[in-house]
Amino acid sequence: MLLALQGAVSQGILWGVMTLGVYITFKLLDIADMSVDGTLALGGCVCAVAVTGGMDPKLALLLALLAGAAAGGVTGILHAAFDIPSILAGILTMISLWSINLHIMGKSNVPLLAHPTIFSQFAAATGLSQTMATTVIGLVIAVVLVALLYWFFGTEIGAALRATGNNEHMVRALGVDTRMTKLLALMISNGLAGFAGGLVCQSQKYADIGMGTGTIVIGLAAIVIGEVLGQLTPGKLRSFGSRLVAAVVGTVIYFLIRAIVLQMGMDANDMKLLSAIIVAVALSIPVLVGRARTRALWSKGGEV
Amino acid sequence: MLELKHVTKTFNKGTVNEKVALDDISLTLEDGDFVTVIGGNGAGKSTMLNMISGVYPVDRGQIVLDGNDITHLSEPKRARYLGRVFQDPMLGTAADMQIEENLALAARRGQRRGLSWNVTREERELFRERLASLGLGLEDRMGDKVGLLSGGQRQALTLLMATIKQPDVLLLDEHTAALDPKTAKLVLGITERIVGDAHLTTLMVTHNMHDAIRLGNRLIMMDTGRIIYDVRGEEKARLTVPELLQKFEEASGGELDNDRMLLG
Ligand SMILES: Nc1ncnc2c1ncn2[C@@H]1O[C@H](COP(=O)(O)OP(=O)(O)OP(=O)(O)O)[C@@H](O)[C@H]1O
Ligand SMILES: [Mg+2]
Repeated sequence: MLLALQGAVSQGILWGVMTLGVYITFKLLDIADMSVDGTLALGGCVCAVAVTGGMDPKLALLLALLAGAAAGGVTGILHAAFDIPSILAGILTMISLWSINLHIMGKSNVPLLAHPTIFSQFAAATGLSQTMATTVIGLVIAVVLVALLYWFFGTEIGAALRATGNNEHMVRALGVDTRMTKLLALMISNGLAGFAGGLVCQSQKYADIGMGTGTIVIGLAAIVIGEVLGQLTPGKLRSFGSRLVAAVVGTVIYFLIRAIVLQMGMDANDMKLLSAIIVAVALSIPVLVGRARTRALWSKGGEV
Repeated sequence: MLELKHVTKTFNKGTVNEKVALDDISLTLEDGDFVTVIGGNGAGKSTMLNMISGVYPVDRGQIVLDGNDITHLSEPKRARYLGRVFQDPMLGTAADMQIEENLALAARRGQRRGLSWNVTREERELFRERLASLGLGLEDRMGDKVGLLSGGQRQALTLLMATIKQPDVLLLDEHTAALDPKTAKLVLGITERIVGDAHLTTLMVTHNMHDAIRLGNRLIMMDTGRIIYDVRGEEKARLTVPELLQKFEEASGGELDNDRMLLG
């Protein structure tokens, strides 16, 4: 059991990289971008093929990131330049990536076998166990990424991007082409998903055509869990940096919950259903609470 | 100098909903002109401002600003020349961002945005000064999210944002119409001060006939996509509201119909 939980923590951190990407599209731009299902797998496939081809595992990760960003760019162009609704643009990219990923790998599953990964190299250099090595590297990467994103969204371009999700009308009136900011957001988001796919591939030592299925739901569930946690902390996590941290922590908790329910005997295939229910419930609650408040405020009239 | 030359705009051309919103409009604004615009519902006032700011493409005609033909520039490209305030206080600001972040976004209107900090320390001082000049106490709340402000405060902030980088033309589209009378008066006072201090070339659509006469050096009246009355200087200053209504009936052959119109 303890081993399973440790594994869940390390997996959660790696998948948390993807959640950071989903956070950008979903929370900042209010787009539920389905492309991440495809781009996470793309990152994994590209990484597996590159590593088995003899490429340095670090470079392979960079390649996974770039591949994800390029695919996100396709969604961005479909959505921003051709006005295709974001959800459909994402689905189109996701579907095409299924075929593309199969072409990249040439089959549906590529094991890394004895090829080195960043985790195995680090474990060998430090003498840590594979799980510990994964956790440590995952933590370092997550911290660096949160810091980078925090910096980026404080810059002129980053602020314009945040404002785009807030009020497109204003942003255009201030001279920013909102098509460019949306394109950029989708590229960053899917770049992170591709990077996460590469990390997951190296940690599990294989890439699989189905590894990205349901990624968006995991990302959304993780964000929701992170937000609930935020509400429970005294500061309510209002600052942007703490919300990014909450997104990663939310992912870790998601994987912990998953490990626990699996240990309790739940079928692994039911996990997707559970995730979807978590997201659906979490998104419905604020609406229901809002309605209940409105009703509570209603009075018969007459006296004020 | 802003010139509209024979600008025409028809919405939903070739359908049953076809609507001529602007019908061969020609108008020249000299530098420093403060023009108030009145007219009934659907007269084309907002459309005229939207044509100038590039929200929709022009069907026919030209828009020339200081000798540059900007007719075919996209909305964000034109933004460097224009400051805009809309009727809806929600449209001018980003609610989830801080007051200072909003101002910083506006201070870079039309400029290349890069990877330097959005809000710099020197700027913060400038923002504080400008906010203080509004007299609303916002200078002590620069870190607050704009969503916490009232409609009037947001509109005053939008006005500041539109002018923090001096625009060649300021476009105000009934920017006080959504506010209660007291707040509207306050925001209008701020408008007068900002426009007067910087001698901004301004087009202000208003539903208040009295304000239309009192403010600015020129008044135009629109009806069914055309400019039907254009008056300036002394003659404008001497106008009264009944005279203005009279002029409207003479020029359009009907009564002025605007559900937001205030006569006093
Ligand atoms: N985007 C659009 N699509 C179709 N028709 C439009 C559009 N914008 C404006 N119109 C039509 O063009 C005409 C002019 O509208 P406009 O908004 O310019 O009037 P206005 O003078 O600003 O009126 P109001 O006092 O009601 O604000 C109206 O008949 C309106 O229905
Ligand atoms: Mg209007």
